[in-house]
Amino acid sequence: MKHRVFQFFLIFTGGVLLIAGIQRQEAFTVLTKAINICLECIGIG
Amino acid sequence: MLRKTVQIVTAVLTNSYYKGFLNGTIYKGKSKFFCVPGFNCYSCPGALGSCPIGAFQAVVNSAQYLISFYLLGFFLIVGTLLGRFVCGWLCPFGLFQEWIYKIPFKKIHLPHRYDFLKHSKYLFLLIFVFFIPAFISNDWGVGEPAFCKYICPAGTLESGIPLLYANESLRASAGALFNWKLAILLFVVVLSTKIYRFFCKYMCPLGAVYALFNKVSYYRIQVDRKICTECGNCINACKMDVIPYENPNSPECIRCGACKEACPAKALSMGFNIPIRKTNFKRF
Repeated sequence: MKHRVFQFFLIFTGGVLLIAGIQRQEAFTVLTKAINICLECIGIG
Repeated sequence: MLRKTVQIVTAVLTNSYYKGFLNGTIYKGKSKFFCVPGFNCYSCPGALGSCPIGAFQAVVNSAQYLISFYLLGFFLIVGTLLGRFVCGWLCPFGLFQEWIYKIPFKKIHLPHRYDFLKHSKYLFLLIFVFFIPAFISNDWGVGEPAFCKYICPAGTLESGIPLLYANESLRASAGALFNWKLAILLFVVVLSTKIYRFFCKYMCPLGAVYALFNKVSYYRIQVDRKICTECGNCINACKMDVIPYENPNSPECIRCGACKEACPAKALSMGFNIPIRKTNFKRF
């Protein structure tokens, strides 16, 4: 039972953080990075 | 067979922008708001989603944020639901390493006394994915995505090589850094021919994140102690060097199911609705 409560707590916390991140516009930062060629990733920048 | 099919389908579906491979460009759609669960570079010409490790660095190395709630939330949800199931079933770079391992070179199985070396992936996570991007910045407060820039062999394989092949202007810009990343990729490929999933075991920061959740994740393995004879077949079957009947939810277990298939007594079960019981761990 303790495990199940802990699992639920982790999922709930994850959901809260995810929504907080979206409200802080972090998802736009991710999108902006992801739709432009990442020069560091390919070994140029 | 089912696992291999899921791995291939996942790799193809999440990298299905085929025009990118032909034109040397990347997908620019809004699906890149979201991260894929596995290690898949967002600059791969076919990628439809974002890499969680790249995305985490992109947020923490910006001047606005010190930590990414968006990615922490993502890791908590995916990690709690699946743990390292992602590594075994949904990661394209894991699939690539499994194919490389099929090359018939002499294999190396490091003894358990060297298991501490597997902790190195946590150092890669802390140093290259968090500390350097978050705390070492230029005059504008922007840090470097150090893991992507200096280490990530998946980026070189999935993005660097196809983009430089198809895009002449990018090819002209390649220099010492690209050669360094190519050397890292070759190092990983060579060791992956001898050690099963070398990168996953010793270097992968995403595997390190999901490993933290293996003991609490919904998807888990359970040993029926009334049936288990401790014959050791599961140990021989496990290529991740886990001792399944002692520590079925080890941080190193990628849920490939080899132990379950090898068990003659059918003492191992794997899935979402597995009852949680305390396991008497003898050693880790």
